[in-house]
Amino acid sequence: MIKLITQSIRQTLLWTVVTGVLYPLVMTVFAQLVFPAQANGSLIQRDGKVVGSALMAQQFTGDKYFWPRPSACTYGTGPTGIAGSSGSNLGPTSAQLQKNVDAAALRTASKLPADAPVPADLVFASASGLDPHISPEGARFQISRVAAARGLSADVVGKLVDQFVEAPQWGFLGEPRVNVLQLNLALDAASPKKP
Amino acid sequence: MNTNEILQIVLFFGLGIALTPLLGRFMFKVFTGEKTFLHPVLLPIEKLVYKLTGINPGEEMSWVKYLWAGVIMTTVGFASLMVLLMTQKWLPYNPQGLDNLSWHLAFNTAWSFTCNADWQSYTGETTMSYFSQTLGLSVHQFLSGAGGIAVLVAIGRALKRASVKTIGNFWVDLTRGTLYLVIPLSVLWAIPLMWQGVPQTWQPYVTANLVEPYTAQVPKVDDKGNPVTTSVPKTDDKGQPVKGADGKPVMVDQPVMVDQKVETQLIPIGPVASFESCKQIFTNGGGWYGVNSAHPLENPTPLSDFWEMLAIIVVPMAQVYMFGLLIGNKKHAWCLFAVMLALYVGSFGVAWWAESQPNPVVHNISPLLEGKEQRFGVMNSVLWGVSCTAIDNGSVNSMHDSWMPLAGLMPMWNILIGEIMFGGVGCGVYCMLFHVLIAVFLAGLMIGRTPEYLGKKLGAWEATWAVIGVLGPNAACLIPAAFSCVLPAGLSSLTNAGPHGFSEILYAFGEAANNNGSAFAGLNANVPWYDVTLGLAIIIGRFAPIAAALAIAGRMAAKKTVEASPGTLPLYGWTFGLTLTGVIIIVAALTFFPALCLGPIVEHGLMLSGRVF
Repeated sequence: MIKLITQSIRQTLLWTVVTGVLYPLVMTVFAQLVFPAQANGSLIQRDGKVVGSALMAQQFTGDKYFWPRPSACTYGTGPTGIAGSSGSNLGPTSAQLQKNVDAAALRTASKLPADAPVPADLVFASASGLDPHISPEGARFQISRVAAARGLSADVVGKLVDQFVEAPQWGFLGEPRVNVLQLNLALDAASPKKP
Repeated sequence: MNTNEILQIVLFFGLGIALTPLLGRFMFKVFTGEKTFLHPVLLPIEKLVYKLTGINPGEEMSWVKYLWAGVIMTTVGFASLMVLLMTQKWLPYNPQGLDNLSWHLAFNTAWSFTCNADWQSYTGETTMSYFSQTLGLSVHQFLSGAGGIAVLVAIGRALKRASVKTIGNFWVDLTRGTLYLVIPLSVLWAIPLMWQGVPQTWQPYVTANLVEPYTAQVPKVDDKGNPVTTSVPKTDDKGQPVKGADGKPVMVDQPVMVDQKVETQLIPIGPVASFESCKQIFTNGGGWYGVNSAHPLENPTPLSDFWEMLAIIVVPMAQVYMFGLLIGNKKHAWCLFAVMLALYVGSFGVAWWAESQPNPVVHNISPLLEGKEQRFGVMNSVLWGVSCTAIDNGSVNSMHDSWMPLAGLMPMWNILIGEIMFGGVGCGVYCMLFHVLIAVFLAGLMIGRTPEYLGKKLGAWEATWAVIGVLGPNAACLIPAAFSCVLPAGLSSLTNAGPHGFSEILYAFGEAANNNGSAFAGLNANVPWYDVTLGLAIIIGRFAPIAAALAIAGRMAAKKTVEASPGTLPLYGWTFGLTLTGVIIIVAALTFFPALCLGPIVEHGLMLSGRVF
């Protein structure tokens, strides 16, 4: 019995060194050499400042910007720093969920008629609360609002959206999508500078 | 249902099945000590490991000693991990200055990771330091995976033996599993994940300047840090002021709120990719981030999603083939494989159908993307959720809590029948073995012959332990779940009311008692009641089946082989496969049907009538 205990301790220590220290260190060196951009969080810079990660949604509520999907964790931000990723976890018979799914308000905000179909991704909160993407329909739904707020033609904004539509990966994996942060940054770059 | 979706499903199952014989044979060679292409490099290291840890690889163990080695190894892991988690504030590589874990959270997490369950009552990016994740949690993801496989190898070996009292050496099986299987596959799987965007760095979280800062309301505090409150009249549900017995309005204290500008977002990074690959391949499932593989940094693209999902099935599928080689009966193994695959694909079909139906509660808006990510969509979310529960993985890429009632029923069902559709590394097959023995026993009784399995006669010992192996986890699920439904400590953690709240509790204990780790995550489990009871359920769920399986294997190894006679029932073919399927469904239905009726099944009816809670 004593022997089993000492063997257990020695095995635990040894594998901690191998799988807990050596393995992640070797992998980190490899990642930093071969995939440095991805390994550090796929950061996006503007004017020399980090403005976000291509893989994390940010909150946008102004009419000038495309809005991401609803988040149950204010997009990982909060007054005290980081907020943990989270979905709403509201079940299929939740009264709160019924209240949250407010297609009418979204139509009004987007200045669209009462019979315009609302894309599902814009009313349902994402799993992570950080989903960086919306559907292409979700982006097109917002074009008229954004164009009006920026004084651009819907055509110009629509062309920009089309540029940012990503097809399913390798032609068949996953769903088509639009990265909201990247689209908004491109929109800022394309708009005339503020006076 | 469109062409892309069908293509993804066919490719997913096709690759898993195609890799089965290749990886299965490789695993067989590794554990029987035959030479593989890795031996020139790793054999000297294997010998060094034995030397450094004081192991005599030639020593043979009885089933009791083998079990003790496993139990003690896990307990040492538990104790060291619990200490580490409760002291992480003072340990290095904690760039965010995260606090020590509470005793109950450390207790729960330490058992959870050392028993391959990987249930998480916490949110990783706001709770765990880099040190805790890599030197603590990740190490036990390697070891608990290798430990599970070791037990299966010992059982397969024992079933092949005759008139022998020993079943192998735990340390040799553990070392070979870790060295030749777990580490190489983790390296192989991590590299495409890095390419797709999973972080791998030791730098602290990055502060990003929000493109559109916003204003949040926060409670005002005075110079000493105490909250400032103001006295306001109390109002009832309808907004009317509440009057006291003396007719005056009742006053209550309310915190004073002030505006605070939020201008930054912290991007949580870390050595995630190296953690992620081992988590997926060895049926651990405990994510780096709170939302697991739904987090865009943990699972950035549809390709990474496919790769992580493939990781869930490759080793569990291959282990069935390896088991067939170990017992010298490939036909039997393929028959088990077919039963597992049929149940697995069946539950996926039901879940996908249910999740594609309209929900009147949310005005029939479809697709139902609540708790799902745009890049994965409905099909990939359902396929993942069914896979991670059929196989004892427990990682998620969508929030099961928000699934439709009958869709959410399928992960629950997969877990409750014991995760035997390929199941966890090791445990999937030995938990299936209990059902096989029960099936063989029943068939033997029906035709009035002494039941035999692989040329050994079965007696009361084998039948008793098989039933313990099945009922142990079931009891560990249902009993504490029942208590949680009546105790205030159990009810205060629910996010959802009505039958869905009951489903949250049932799911939590089901996954703990079967070492899964996925969740109806609305349950706030980081309270002493759930941390402790779920921790205990995890221990029973890990060791009741291991003890039962080793007890059966030890007894079988000591028996004499009897020659097959014309009356011996074949362990393959339609008759055996259907009998086994029947046994699995009947045992699970008898145990869980009442509970499932109270949860998802009644919720489905209420949802159709538009009832909300």
